[in-house]
Amino acid sequence: MAGTVQESPTEPDPGGPGGSVVTSGDGGSTGRVGDRVFAGLSVGSAVLIVIVLAGVAIFLLEQGLPALGNSGESAYGKDNIWAYVGPLLFGTLLAALIAMIIATPLAIGVALVISHYAPRRIATAFGWLIDLLAAIPSVVYGLWGINFLALNLVPVYNWMGDNLGWLPFFEGPVPNSGRTMMTGGIVLAVMALPIITAICREIFAQTPKMHQEAALALGATRWEMIRMTVFPYARSGMFSAVLLGLGRALGETMAIALVLPPSVLVSFNLITAEGASSTIAANIANNFGNASGSKVDTLIFSGLVLFVITFAVNFLGRAIAARGQVKG
Amino acid sequence: MTDLTTTPSTSDALPLQAPSLPRYGTIAAIVFAIAVGALVSMVIGAGYVAALVIAWLVLVVALPLWSLAVEGGRKAVDRVATLLIWSTFGLAMIPLVSLIYTVISKGSGILSGQFFNNSMRNVLGEGGGIYHAIFGTLIVTALAAAISVPIGILTAIYLVEYGKGKKLARVITFLVDVMTGIPSIVAGLFAYALFVLIFGPGVRLGIGGSVALSVLMIPIVVRSSEEMLKLVPDELREASYALGVPKWRTIVKVVVPTAIAGIVTGVTLAIARVAGETAPLLIIAGFTTDTNLNPFSDRMTTLPVYIFQSIASPPGLYRQEYEDYAWGAALTLVTIVMLLNVLARVIGAVFAPKSGR
Repeated sequence: MAGTVQESPTEPDPGGPGGSVVTSGDGGSTGRVGDRVFAGLSVGSAVLIVIVLAGVAIFLLEQGLPALGNSGESAYGKDNIWAYVGPLLFGTLLAALIAMIIATPLAIGVALVISHYAPRRIATAFGWLIDLLAAIPSVVYGLWGINFLALNLVPVYNWMGDNLGWLPFFEGPVPNSGRTMMTGGIVLAVMALPIITAICREIFAQTPKMHQEAALALGATRWEMIRMTVFPYARSGMFSAVLLGLGRALGETMAIALVLPPSVLVSFNLITAEGASSTIAANIANNFGNASGSKVDTLIFSGLVLFVITFAVNFLGRAIAARGQVKG
Repeated sequence: MTDLTTTPSTSDALPLQAPSLPRYGTIAAIVFAIAVGALVSMVIGAGYVAALVIAWLVLVVALPLWSLAVEGGRKAVDRVATLLIWSTFGLAMIPLVSLIYTVISKGSGILSGQFFNNSMRNVLGEGGGIYHAIFGTLIVTALAAAISVPIGILTAIYLVEYGKGKKLARVITFLVDVMTGIPSIVAGLFAYALFVLIFGPGVRLGIGGSVALSVLMIPIVVRSSEEMLKLVPDELREASYALGVPKWRTIVKVVVPTAIAGIVTGVTLAIARVAGETAPLLIIAGFTTDTNLNPFSDRMTTLPVYIFQSIASPPGLYRQEYEDYAWGAALTLVTIVMLLNVLARVIGAVFAPKSGR
């Protein structure tokens, strides 16, 4: 270190964007070579990320597209590939939709507690607790979902089946295991909650203090202040938070693989085991170990479909967040 | 004197303060609601869950009604909103508390020296352990970290130090965002498709699991390191340049050391995150009952996959034993992940650059 510092006064400052090396007579200057190597390394690793992502798309296409012609045995007994992937896609979307319906209001409420309601010191601890929720591995959620949550929800489902059975969603019959679409959705909601909360609370906290104080000074109650200043300011951010949570819920595998019985069908009945359609990710996890030959292609193709959908959802979420930032 | 004080009380002048509930109003309402809930559930013979639900309902109805009578509509709405918002937090805590309680109560029974020192080799029923799975998790995660940490940090350095305003940097930022959203199972499929090209179909390798995990880990490392590098004040860089220090040395000796606490925190959190990943490992690292310490040949079990397999496909007769194994492994896994999380916070707090003196 000391040696190079002594040499370096002869070298130009490579700092700013225009600071290219002009002259460097002494060949042994570590600065120039080091700079090149280091810049090369960091650019290289950045480019590597592009390659990896392109690789994900290309390899999935390469392995998955041949499955487009699959039917019969290689499409798990369905007439064509879409008859197999379609119901799985339906299950994926339905589970994610339930999760979002449950998680969105909860997450916004929790974010408000952390950003506006709890005293500062407690709020930090609360935020930490919610982060813990995000840290728990998904397979443990699945284990908890199947062995604790599902069993404890059976009485609730029974009540729903008895009292709300006239709605097609709650027809039953309720399984004793409690392994239903609703349970899957609730587990997904718990898993998506920390993501939505984390983004929402950051945006809520960024609401201009002046707006809030102005509202309070005009005599607004705290809730009126939040409705008049915080929500309008955070609207696009909340929307993108929900979309990012949706991305998580769509791609979630293990919790669903454990909680939902593996079946491929389309049904809106949320509290029965027979009518629960599995999701793309869970279906891959359940079947990949035993799959061979063209069945592998079929599963990889379904993974490709999932990738495209989550990509679209995340893209939309980021785009909205970016637009909101420019506007805000 | 007396005239002055008595006149306002007789006239109907506007009061200076709007009427409001007493300070202890909320607490009184909560106590009242809990009492009603306990009483009702005792009378109809329901459990404590029902008591809580009833108490909550009573509270949500009674406090606003009281407030409506004393304070007026707007305050009442505010109280409803406050109650509901705090309720969401309580509701969100239920899964966390019940999950941790369930994992500890069901998992602690099986933990023993035997459980940690045995693999599942030649085990049916009792006597098995998670030795092979612990080592699988350690090896696969360590390799994933070895791949993603250099790439992630170097990319972050590119984004902050070299790429400002360049098109490539914008593309990378966008792609890293996209990568954050890749479903873990798709990462597994990617690694599988990649290794199939090299080794032929049906390949299962521990290193494949590491590659899949790196796809998930790199964006997290890039994100957190980028944030931390951005926080390094430009004055430090300029001071270093002014002394004639080349850019790369400035980065290595000045910028990165300043941000190192945050970077290590981010890396630790990323490791904690991928250590619990199941789906990609299920696909590319596979499942075995044996201890396999070589990531470059054959299947390798990790803790999450072990949990999944114990529940999803236990040998018929030994369902109960395998469920116990799963809970024991879950407790081990959650402990590891939580320790990593705590470690990350401690590192962040202890080694953070002191802000002024």
